[in-house]
Amino acid sequence: MYDFFTTTNLGITLLVLGQVLLVVVPLLVALAFILWADRKVWAAVQLRKGPNVVGAFGLLQSFADFIKYVVKEIVVPAGADKFVYFLAPMTSLVLAMTAWAVIPFNEGWVLADINVAILFIFAVSSLEVYGVIMGGWASNSKYPFLGSLRSAAQMISYEVSIGLIIIGVILSTGSMNLTDIVHAQKGAGLWSWYWLPHFPMMILFLVSAHAETNRPPFDLPEAESELVAGYQVEYSSTPFLLYMIGEYVAITMMTALISILFFGGWLSPFPWLPDGIGWLLLKMAFFWFVFMMTKSIVPRYRYDQLMRLGWKVFLPMSLAWVVLVAFFAQYGAFWGTYARWTTGG
Amino acid sequence: MTVAGFAFYVFAATVLVGGFFTVLSKNPVHSVLWLITAFIGATGLFVLAGAEFIAMLLMIVYVGAVMVLFLFVVMMLDVDFAELKAGMAKYVPIALLIAAILTVEFAMIFGVWVTADGVTMLPAPALGEVGNTNALGTLIYDDYLLLFQLAGLILLVAMIGAIVLTLRHRKDIKRQDVVRQMMRDPKDSIRMVDVKPGQGLG
Repeated sequence: MYDFFTTTNLGITLLVLGQVLLVVVPLLVALAFILWADRKVWAAVQLRKGPNVVGAFGLLQSFADFIKYVVKEIVVPAGADKFVYFLAPMTSLVLAMTAWAVIPFNEGWVLADINVAILFIFAVSSLEVYGVIMGGWASNSKYPFLGSLRSAAQMISYEVSIGLIIIGVILSTGSMNLTDIVHAQKGAGLWSWYWLPHFPMMILFLVSAHAETNRPPFDLPEAESELVAGYQVEYSSTPFLLYMIGEYVAITMMTALISILFFGGWLSPFPWLPDGIGWLLLKMAFFWFVFMMTKSIVPRYRYDQLMRLGWKVFLPMSLAWVVLVAFFAQYGAFWGTYARWTTGG
Repeated sequence: MTVAGFAFYVFAATVLVGGFFTVLSKNPVHSVLWLITAFIGATGLFVLAGAEFIAMLLMIVYVGAVMVLFLFVVMMLDVDFAELKAGMAKYVPIALLIAAILTVEFAMIFGVWVTADGVTMLPAPALGEVGNTNALGTLIYDDYLLLFQLAGLILLVAMIGAIVLTLRHRKDIKRQDVVRQMMRDPKDSIRMVDVKPGQGLG
């Protein structure tokens, strides 16, 4: 049996497929409850009850919504480019899912343990912009088109600063492998995680993650008051559902990335407690909560302010930080805090 | 056929089909999308060749940035493509000529090009011992630092040139001065009044 799964082509294929399902299925199920929690937190801040009818505490609300989305009629606008129109939401979802292939959930619990894992995530997230552009263009309508242009410009702008922030972490680690990045943060519990030496960048990354995933306060693409719902205006039923799931998967991805890059992934915050996947999930849940609270309490940015923040504030700051970290790492400043060099280097 | 061999044919076919339809598509947006498909195929080929760093760079730089700009331009510009297509027959000989030159150049590189005796090439660090990224970094930033920086400088000059050519300061539009906006004191611009009902401000 063991030989079948590790030597024959069919066995390996089945094994990989099983592993993929093991990541994707819990992710999608968790997403249903994240959506519910998102609405509950939002409601609680506004002193409402939120979804509370379907199931106990409204827990099954997302599943009811899911059925509603799936059985509704798909309306395709006349003059739409049909092929691209349906390709766009699928691209969105598939790309959001793809990035999970390199996320390590625990020691050795990773689908593809590749050398350039962080670059892979960056590449995939830079492709996600196509779902937005294609959707906006293929709808053949003014509002989606304007919304998609806004969204694309926003995503590209903040990708630049995310890339530079990641370079700082890579410099400190000497490796682009996410498992190595987590290992480099091993030591005195939460004091040896990267959030401390890279503190300003941790905040910048969190803000950029909001902008990159079009979450409030940077949800300009779907600013209801100006653009109806941005690139999603003409989408209904299942294609819209795909967009929405894609968006939420991307946000979950960002929470996982923050946890791994700056908060030690599956490492335990206290040296006397064992490491494990639970810590990663706990950290992700915490950052999801941050995302939810930000959505409820921060007012939306104006578009020119958003662009100014990205290009004139975040980009110079993160660039300066890369230079600084490079010097610190090279000369072993602060007792080698900035240069861990766990692998090669 | 091995798995790697099968993957090679899949990616190679993707590149060819993508390139083919890039040229043939009537709609320029479709052309760009097909070109992206070709790039993704090329990324797969790089990964198969063991050059995962270059593969990811290709994805990030070309697909993630350059192609997005292409798509922007193609979508935004109001170009009459029927008019552009009309001249196609006229340009086919030139296109064929360029294709022929490229083919000859490739043939020369892979066929008859040899390095003279006595010239030693810098050996790349052995892959397997160090990662792909480390090997490239050592070559670019240790051995060929000057050439690499010069290439960067040329790009910088080109970029500044493009900005200088297109940037113009218009005096007749209202601009925002963000610092001034933030430094404004509410006292200077807002006057609180207590309006009596039925009287107005008078």
